[in-house]
Amino acid sequence: VCIHRVRSCSSIHFIKSKYVCVFDKSALKFSHQQRLFRTSAVSCGQIVQFKLSDIGEGITEVTVKEWYIKEGDSVSQFDSICEVQSDKASVTITSRYDGIIRKLHYNLDEVAYVGKPLVDIEIDASKGVAPEEDVVETPPMSHEEHTHQEIKGHKTLATPAVRRLAMENNIKLSEVVGTGKDNRILKEDILNYLAKQTGAILPPSPKSEIIPPLPKSETLPAAPKDKARKIPAPVSRPIVFSGKDKTEPITGFHKAMVKTMSAALKIPHFGYCDEIDLTQLVQLREELKPLAQIRGVKLSFMPFFIKAASLGLLQYPILNASLDESCQNITYKASHNIGVAMDTEQGLIVPNVKNVQVCSVFDIASELNRLQSLGSAGQLGTNDLTGGTFTLSNIGTIGGTYTKPVILPPEVAIGALGKIQVLPRFNGKGEVFKAQIMNVSWSADHRIIDGATMARFSNLWKSYLENPASMLLDLK
Amino acid sequence: MVLQSSLKNCLQLSCILRTPKAGFGSTSGGLIIQSISNDVYQNLAVEDWIHDHVDLENQQVLFLWRNSPAVVIGRHQNPWQECDLRLLRQKNIKLARRRSGGGTVYHDLGNINLTFFTTRKKYERMENLKLVVKALKALRPQLDVHVTDRYDILLDRQYKISGTAAKLGRTTAYHHCTLLCNTDKFVLSSVLKSPYKGLKSNATPSVPASVKNLFEEDPSLTCEVLLDAIAEEYATQHHIDHHITLINPADETVLPGINNKTKELQTWEWVYGKTPKFNISTCFNMVYKDSVLDVKVDMDVKHGRIEACNMDLPEQWLPPALCSGLVKSLIGSKFCPKETTRLATTLLRVCPQDGELHNRWNLLCENMTMLM
Repeated sequence: VCIHRVRSCSSIHFIKSKYVCVFDKSALKFSHQQRLFRTSAVSCGQIVQFKLSDIGEGITEVTVKEWYIKEGDSVSQFDSICEVQSDKASVTITSRYDGIIRKLHYNLDEVAYVGKPLVDIEIDASKGVAPEEDVVETPPMSHEEHTHQEIKGHKTLATPAVRRLAMENNIKLSEVVGTGKDNRILKEDILNYLAKQTGAILPPSPKSEIIPPLPKSETLPAAPKDKARKIPAPVSRPIVFSGKDKTEPITGFHKAMVKTMSAALKIPHFGYCDEIDLTQLVQLREELKPLAQIRGVKLSFMPFFIKAASLGLLQYPILNASLDESCQNITYKASHNIGVAMDTEQGLIVPNVKNVQVCSVFDIASELNRLQSLGSAGQLGTNDLTGGTFTLSNIGTIGGTYTKPVILPPEVAIGALGKIQVLPRFNGKGEVFKAQIMNVSWSADHRIIDGATMARFSNLWKSYLENPASMLLDLK
Repeated sequence: MVLQSSLKNCLQLSCILRTPKAGFGSTSGGLIIQSISNDVYQNLAVEDWIHDHVDLENQQVLFLWRNSPAVVIGRHQNPWQECDLRLLRQKNIKLARRRSGGGTVYHDLGNINLTFFTTRKKYERMENLKLVVKALKALRPQLDVHVTDRYDILLDRQYKISGTAAKLGRTTAYHHCTLLCNTDKFVLSSVLKSPYKGLKSNATPSVPASVKNLFEEDPSLTCEVLLDAIAEEYATQHHIDHHITLINPADETVLPGINNKTKELQTWEWVYGKTPKFNISTCFNMVYKDSVLDVKVDMDVKHGRIEACNMDLPEQWLPPALCSGLVKSLIGSKFCPKETTRLATTLLRVCPQDGELHNRWNLLCENMTMLM
């Protein structure tokens, strides 16, 4: 039932009232006494002009630098309203009232005057500053009923700002002890409740000290006395989750990735996976690591993987090619610019090592070091990030075994390396030994690459890594 | 005298900070604390923490801190307008935005920072600066130092040795200032010179000044000597013990919630995103093979992101579809060289594969990132 209610108010500032919904059906019996329930759509409060208070040091004008609220927002007392600046001092202006912002008197960068109105705030009808003449009359109910009805109908008293604070922190208002007028829940009550929950030490409240928690010990002695009582049935409360979805636009780099990946989707991918026994390579790297260290270079496994890939590409150049947009021509790229997918704070980047075909393993390691430090500092240039012809992704540093990597256009193949695990394997004599096993997952463009080519390339790459000495024969 | 930091000291500190009425010896009028960290973000976070959590009704606080190389801009300033961001990135100098107003300063270990915390009512910058001058004169009576009406401290009537800024909240306020003891003036002047042309903004501009180190006037004036003298003067004026309590800005037990404050001060959204709206309208030359090309760029940047973008290139130097694609992608993107490079290089993957095109594209993008 909706009743249109007209207010008469002697105060100069008032606004037209809107529809008020009455939920309490029992009130219909009492024609004069109505119980009003405030919903967030209702606005029938008094408008107060909040003036800019004295800044100190005899300052009379300031510049408005930032608004924290806009017209229509609800604020509670002590919320920040805006930031003003005066002669090297930045001042945060906070609200004196709970209410809804109805008007901002200044735009950004305008000069505001001390003592003049800054914003107009519409005060809650139930919690105004001026004496209220339109007090809500409650029907004559007993106090217990009143409380009971509140909890049952979730009619706990709190301003919209306090409700929002409770909601953001997943707090049920019915569980908070209100210390305001009529057991109204104030912002401080929410903060105290939170402090109890998390055990955090809070700033000393300007109004009152933290209320000690309700003593549970009072109820405990009662239980053992009453042995006849059965275990109370658990009260099933509906689980209320009041988190909010957050939507933001896709911008910048992510927008570009959307385009790239949509193009990648057009490529018919096929996958090929295998297992590599890196036992010998692990040993070799251990021997070579200190030598590289002396020359100031950190040696990982990647330089070996990259060099072996380049040797393989010499035999299967179609994997280092590019297909034009109309799918009319294949370009066999002369340079092996092998990209290495890197995970940084800002996400995925793929710098590439240029001309691997003429680089030694040490050259590659040194170049990788350079790219990695530039990458983590966010200073990779366009030259390092473009011109790649083939990509390896070492997702295994994070984890995983087999994956399904997506080809980065305009390339036609990509390899993803899983983590190195110690697993039992059989050797030539049929004995079980500890092997260092890594999985590789290749994806290739099926328009120009067939399964056999991919398999042979993978086998060649695998043989170089399983028996590193064999790389010596083909090194250029 | 500076006491070694110990658990006992820190616990007593937390008691002092939270229940000021529980006196510790004769510290009922004031408290002097010094940070053990040289990280600008951690130290700025301590200021925030004290501003938010300490009741200053019965005691005032003096906070002493020093930072490893960093440029600190005021709350409402534009970093592109104030300093050479490229040089900062190269030299690994940090950029921080403080919460107080005022202009841009360069900090290194040769500069000391003093923060005076009071209630809002007792906020009085002139008194604080006079205290500093008094301390300096007590050390070296022949020093010619005085406070100007712009709240600077000048040496020999012409060199600025201290700059001031302040922050006022609902109930508390702080006034902080720098003091040049032995800062690298060469780095200072090169880093505080903005190379970015064509910037139009309402952000608070800095007023450049000639600076000098106190060390140059008298080599015996080190940071330690100066800190001690100022603490001594503060202790005298507030009728408290000359006792400096050391504070660790990473300690959550003493300063609960401090690490969140530190993190917030380091976010891109705070450092760059709080820049007031500005416009950059400029042109640059690109040298490509045998020709020189003129490019005009006009961009509106709000909250550190490109709101509008216009690019004028010689006709047909790059396919118009590509150019408009780049412009469209830039809108909404951060005004940041990192972001722009990643964006541009990723977009290149879906462009026609032509070496010539790639070279031109890369050249254009490199020049664009130079603007940021």
